[in-house]
Amino acid sequence: MGEQATKTSAGDLLRVEGLRLERGGQEILRGVTLRIAPGQVYSLLGRNGSGKSTLAYALMGCAGYTPSAGRVLFDGQDITRLPITERARLGLTLAWQDPARFEGLKVRDYLSLGMQQPVRERMEEALAAVALAPLLYLGRTVDDALSGGERKRIELAAVYAMRPRLAVLDEPDSGIDVLSLDDIARLIRRMAGEGTAVLLITHRDEMASIADQAALMCQGEIVRVDDPQVVRDYFARRCQPCEAAEPVEPAGGAYERL
Amino acid sequence: MSDFEAILDAYERSGGDRHFLKSARVASLVVSGNQVLGANEVAGVHLISEELPDGVRARVIVDPGVRLETPAHLCFGVIPSEGVQRILSEFEIGAGARAEFIAHCTFPNAEHVVHRMEARIHVGPAASMTYRETHYHGESGGVEVVPKAQVTVDEGGHFATEFALTTGRVGRLDFDYVVDVAAHGVAELTTKAYGYGGDAISVKETIRLNGEGARGLAKARIAVRDRATSEVIGTTEGHAPFARGHVDCVEIVRDQATASAMPIVRVTDPQAYVTHEAAIGTVDKKELETLMARGLDEDRAVDVIIRGMLA
Repeated sequence: MGEQATKTSAGDLLRVEGLRLERGGQEILRGVTLRIAPGQVYSLLGRNGSGKSTLAYALMGCAGYTPSAGRVLFDGQDITRLPITERARLGLTLAWQDPARFEGLKVRDYLSLGMQQPVRERMEEALAAVALAPLLYLGRTVDDALSGGERKRIELAAVYAMRPRLAVLDEPDSGIDVLSLDDIARLIRRMAGEGTAVLLITHRDEMASIADQAALMCQGEIVRVDDPQVVRDYFARRCQPCEAAEPVEPAGGAYERL
Repeated sequence: MSDFEAILDAYERSGGDRHFLKSARVASLVVSGNQVLGANEVAGVHLISEELPDGVRARVIVDPGVRLETPAHLCFGVIPSEGVQRILSEFEIGAGARAEFIAHCTFPNAEHVVHRMEARIHVGPAASMTYRETHYHGESGGVEVVPKAQVTVDEGGHFATEFALTTGRVGRLDFDYVVDVAAHGVAELTTKAYGYGGDAISVKETIRLNGEGARGLAKARIAVRDRATSEVIGTTEGHAPFARGHVDCVEIVRDQATASAMPIVRVTDPQAYVTHEAAIGTVDKKELETLMARGLDEDRAVDVIIRGMLA
């Protein structure tokens, strides 16, 4: 793959070291460092604009999100400059906060794309895991005919069906009802139980409590890593309302056409 | 192998099911070059055909009030690598009748083949006609396809057509449909094509909403890559009160391909309402990166997105 593998300390699946990233002349990530172990649920809490989504895109290797400094190690391999596809083939994937719409693409085809051996049972299991009836959804298309909440669940089902080693979930809990939070929490624990590590990006402090470890992100930096309850309490006390200055992430959609 | 079996093989490669063409209970017409190899009528459906030096003249009549339970199947093809096939067709859908036609046009070995379809279609009062045409071409790009139709939809009638040329090279496509819609009638035109190599695609869809409450949708989904070109002109005209129309064109462009879209809306009645949308661009970045994050390489991801759009 043309990248030099660098071994990290034993036990880390993901290791991010001093990651810096600029967009539009503004530094969005200011030396992010974090470590995630295999099968661990790691919650990254932070207010809107703190740089969480930018970190997710940088980890996945999305265009326009190349770090200016620092590195990303996945199972010991430096993947900082690897293209998305190669990262995915190593077992890293991302569930977008606002999932893409795919005109004409059936849910069953969408689910099967990331599966090594597409089998209907796994697709049905994945849909059931996000509380969607397989018979009703497998034949539908992943487009505007689905509500935002349905697309979000299908995105999570696709990630679950893929059985990645690390799933970065960018605010899977935003824009959905409170009842659905339980479904998502169950899914995340289920993924961890099957060996998938999860980086759960959220700004809902109640979601942090399902994690094994939590971190707080503020103005492009990880400012605290601790027990989820401690981070949750800190976030509720110090970040709602925010005691810091203006957010560093530019307002508006971070995505544009290539 | 007989000509009939050869065309059936080609028909199946284009997605058809040969059993429909052999069933006595399904209306069907099989044309290879300028030969009518098979024609099957069912109650209320009449197929009158005549061989011409360079093609076939076919008249299809559905009697008033007839409801066709199973779609009629039409198969047009040219098996040799060279040839001209001209289909002069006339469809007459009687008042209150309901009929669906599935047409497969297959030119698997084409190097220099011209296929011209000149159709006159009349959908009677409160009648409904659906016409789906799927093409299967080889990889040489040596096909010239010229489908032209003049369609008249009477009061309360419904006409829907879907033209798909997404398997094999397009070659040259010059699609031109014009539909006149009377009061409370509906017309829906959908054209899908995927061009590559040096393919050239031209699509003209025109809907004239002439009667009160008439409705129309002219929709095109085109993808081009390599050096292929595409030009889409979607026109919807509102000439009567409460006529409602929409033009919807999406084109995806890759490599050195070029595309243009001209949605034209024309309204002569102040109570008519016609809208349009057109988008040309490359594949959406988020769609592409989502599929790549599932492990697909970029080319495969683009193909999945385009195939979905053209599905």
